[in-house]
Amino acid sequence: MYGKGLRPLSIATVAALVVSLSLVFFYAPLDGDQGFIQKIFYLHVPLAITALVGFVIGGVFAILHLRSGEGRWDAYSYVSIHMSVIFGVAVLITGSIWAKASWGHWWVWDEPTLVSFLIVFLMYATYYPFRYAIEDREQQARYASVFAIVAGAFVPLNFIAVRMAQSLVHPRVFATANGGLPGSMMLTFLASLLAIGLLWVTLVKFELTAKSASGQLKRLRRALDAPTPGGASRVAPEVS
Amino acid sequence: MTPTRLAFAAILGKDLRAELRTLQSLPAMALFAVTTFVIFRFGLDRTALSGSLAAGVLWATLLFAAILGINRLFVTEREEGGFDAIRLAPIDRTALFFAKASALLAYLLVLELVVVPIFAVFFLDSAAALPPLALVLLLADLGLAATGTLISSMAVNSRARDLLTPLVLLPLAVPLSIAATGAIEPLLALGGPGYHRFGTWLAVLGLYDLIFLLVGYAVFDFLLED
Repeated sequence: MYGKGLRPLSIATVAALVVSLSLVFFYAPLDGDQGFIQKIFYLHVPLAITALVGFVIGGVFAILHLRSGEGRWDAYSYVSIHMSVIFGVAVLITGSIWAKASWGHWWVWDEPTLVSFLIVFLMYATYYPFRYAIEDREQQARYASVFAIVAGAFVPLNFIAVRMAQSLVHPRVFATANGGLPGSMMLTFLASLLAIGLLWVTLVKFELTAKSASGQLKRLRRALDAPTPGGASRVAPEVS
Repeated sequence: MTPTRLAFAAILGKDLRAELRTLQSLPAMALFAVTTFVIFRFGLDRTALSGSLAAGVLWATLLFAAILGINRLFVTEREEGGFDAIRLAPIDRTALFFAKASALLAYLLVLELVVVPIFAVFFLDSAAALPPLALVLLLADLGLAATGTLISSMAVNSRARDLLTPLVLLPLAVPLSIAATGAIEPLLALGGPGYHRFGTWLAVLGLYDLIFLLVGYAVFDFLLED
């Protein structure tokens, strides 16, 4: 049931990625100040925005889970956070490349957005050891939801604290005095944001489909009294 | 008193009495902190500290010492059946959260009462910064008590409890650390305490305390269900 609509969604994602990448390379003008390297902006910023929004969505699913007690919402929350952590790795790598090209160092400590993102990433990276250290399935789901809510409250607070601690050198492209991004760049950026957002949704849907399929398979095996291959060393969230 | 307040007072009193009689956490925390000062003295090769170095050493030491206590906060509840008793009792479960957070706050305050003067004797030229420092530490302790209680109550029910508390709590304490060291740094500057952005940092600390006390209040119920 989770596989429904997966094919059109995947096709739309691929199309959006192709369109946005063509816009990035053939339509958007070269940045006068930074040149070609500025084009990584169209990947880095949408990835970061999508990852952060994904963390928040994970927190919202966690609230739904605690309110309703349905295991489905916990799996949604888990998959959202999982995908956002993967996107987070990409954000840190692309950010690092940009920092190297733009400021000459792979890592710049007085760059509040990058540092905040690292801290948020480290916070969410502890989601996995935390979750899998709890054996009882229902307790695990409840605790993971509490974690997702606590971490969700932590994200904005962390951004405030880090921003206050440091000088402002991150390019503030949307709010400069002379109106920010020119129209063609803004269009390309929005197209990239849409494409990356779609990619996130598609991957989340794929993982949910896979989880639902393996859950069904496990139930069938149990019904047939067949041994589960690999042994269940980790209690992973399931979708029914 | 309402039943919740009664339960709060009973649990807090039980915790403080148990700690006074067994002295399981506090002496270890204090000893750990003093030893860490000695390690910093040689690690940094400094006999006197000021400004950001002093703030960093003091805060890092207090934070790690706090984690020792946070790790043990719920161990007796789990091993001696305290959790089950509280589940059975007809009381509001958030009483447990606030009682445990208050107990942790008390531990941290006692720890600082002992350890911060030792820090001043070891590394500082004057004690002029201690009164405003106490205010910063009080606000920081409040936040640490909220998040520490929350994480500890979850970690204690897992397979890897000693590992999980520091692992999850340290990133969670980063905003707190930024604000605390930001406020402490000018206080401990050479040539007398300064108050650069003092109010702003106190506001961040207060915001952190408020948010995590509210989050703890909102979610703690779900941690005790069985």
